[in-house]
Amino acid sequence: MTHPADGPVVVLLDHHTVDGAPRLRPPVLELLTLARGLARHTGAPVHAVALEPGLAAAAADEVGRYGVTVVHDVTVGDADRHLTPVAAEALAAVASRAGASAVLATSTFENKEAAARLGVLTGAGVVSDATGVTREDGEVVVSKTVFAGTWTTRCAITTPLAVVLVKANAVPAEPVDAPTEPRTEGHAVTVSAGARRATLTGRTERAATGRPELAEAQAVVAGGRGTNGDFSAVEELADVLGAAVGATRVATDEGWIGHEAQIGQTGVTISPQLYIGAGISGAVHHRGGMQASGTIVAVNSDPESPIFEIADFGVVGDLFDVLPQAAAEIRRLRG
Amino acid sequence: MKIVVCVKFVPDIQADRRLGQDGRVVRDGGDGTLNELDENAVEAALALAEAAGDSEVVALTVGPAGAEDAVRRALQMGADRGVQVLDDALAGSDVFGTVTALAAAVRRIAADGPVDLVLTGMAALDGLTSLLPAALAAELDLPQLTLAAEVAVEDGAVRIRRELDGASETLAAPLPALVSVTDQANAPRYPNFKGIMAARKKPIQVLALADVGVDPAAVGAAGARTRIVGSSPRPPREDRVLITDDGTAGTRLAQYLAERKLV
Repeated sequence: MTHPADGPVVVLLDHHTVDGAPRLRPPVLELLTLARGLARHTGAPVHAVALEPGLAAAAADEVGRYGVTVVHDVTVGDADRHLTPVAAEALAAVASRAGASAVLATSTFENKEAAARLGVLTGAGVVSDATGVTREDGEVVVSKTVFAGTWTTRCAITTPLAVVLVKANAVPAEPVDAPTEPRTEGHAVTVSAGARRATLTGRTERAATGRPELAEAQAVVAGGRGTNGDFSAVEELADVLGAAVGATRVATDEGWIGHEAQIGQTGVTISPQLYIGAGISGAVHHRGGMQASGTIVAVNSDPESPIFEIADFGVVGDLFDVLPQAAAEIRRLRG
Repeated sequence: MKIVVCVKFVPDIQADRRLGQDGRVVRDGGDGTLNELDENAVEAALALAEAAGDSEVVALTVGPAGAEDAVRRALQMGADRGVQVLDDALAGSDVFGTVTALAAAVRRIAADGPVDLVLTGMAALDGLTSLLPAALAAELDLPQLTLAAEVAVEDGAVRIRRELDGASETLAAPLPALVSVTDQANAPRYPNFKGIMAARKKPIQVLALADVGVDPAAVGAAGARTRIVGSSPRPPREDRVLITDDGTAGTRLAQYLAERKLV
């Protein structure tokens, strides 16, 4: 098993289910764009990996528009593909057979687990929460922000195989000028007993909300204690902006909105182009989950709120006045 | 039941956290603390030990001098004893170096009686990479049950419930196993005066790499698979605007967003 520098850059395809069929998640297109930039340094091809049955066929045209030449369609026998140890062994098998130079995946909790195990299985260096990846002096170099977005670090991966987990919204997705027609390669992977010792005894997928996913949205409107449980103004502005709805720990603990909406160091970490916080004071745990956002807007009635220290545009005022007025003005500007 | 709970000493998130010129986290001790998310792991360990009876909870850390404060905090909460892997060769370890040292220490602890459960927090609040629990499970070849919002042990098996971005899952595995818990799993107990006094008498065993059979070249900067090539604080945000609503703030906000092509 070798991993030459001009070996394929392999991208794990994340999906969600729409009308019963697997569809690519939007951040995958950003990943494919980054992968192409990384591959260009060594003239390497970009490959994709599909672990979900039917995904390779469903996604072939779309990944072709992003320059993918091979889609690896992996089956794992009677093992459960939802278990991250199983996914890790499937990825290790593909990386080995393809002689990959790098494996890229989105920085979700599941992919972090699979990547960590892939590192143990293959000896690959792993960097998570990346915002950029390139090759310098032959080495894969990854940018990431740490300490709640207050520092940027650049880190070289010194192993022949590099595993990089990339945050959503790291780069804009850009298709290629001349789409490719990817070839599909099937792989039947035999999963070890060790990867199957924990078993999935139940799995319930959450119904889609109709709004973008919080982790991957380009705009997020979030509500906190100041909403007093009334998210209508937050939701109205979110829908005008095509934004996802988020919340603070207080709001989710109060049951005003589901726990999956919690932004913070232990909830969802976001870095959208636009973050609007309404009735949010900006406690350190919340800031840790959103401080890397592009433009930060805060609306709060308390001028002493710490969120104003990091806001690009702060309004001291009542969110129930400011948000509906902003939504109305945005509608008017759009005509 | 014998439970090993892994804890990490991290810079206090309320303090001014920074990276040194070598790109590593500045750990000058004064503002350090037990990683808050590891308190949930300690609490889970104590609760499971209390439920099972006749159990031992060992708090384990890999870290420099000063990191025993994290172990001491776990002992104050109620862990029975501590183990610290302390060795100059560990400086600059990446997650896999840390995992190598932790796994070796767990095997050493298991040498005088099998370990049933290894518990960790969901992430460390300094690095937040969340890579360690899965890597440690793989290294120890233990069943991996991560991000538990609920955990229970019964009849030699562990069961968890976890909430992911798009799904809710339940997992089960026979012991021994590795479990990571989230901050939803429990409310960590606060050490009381009795606990703080008792912790003074609890032993913390300090082990060097040689004591746990780890080659120094496999860990630390020498064994790391990544190398920091640069780091810088994010430049301050410029042209910031703060207004008080005079009845037009919503309109001005919309115009601000439109000027920046954000609508």
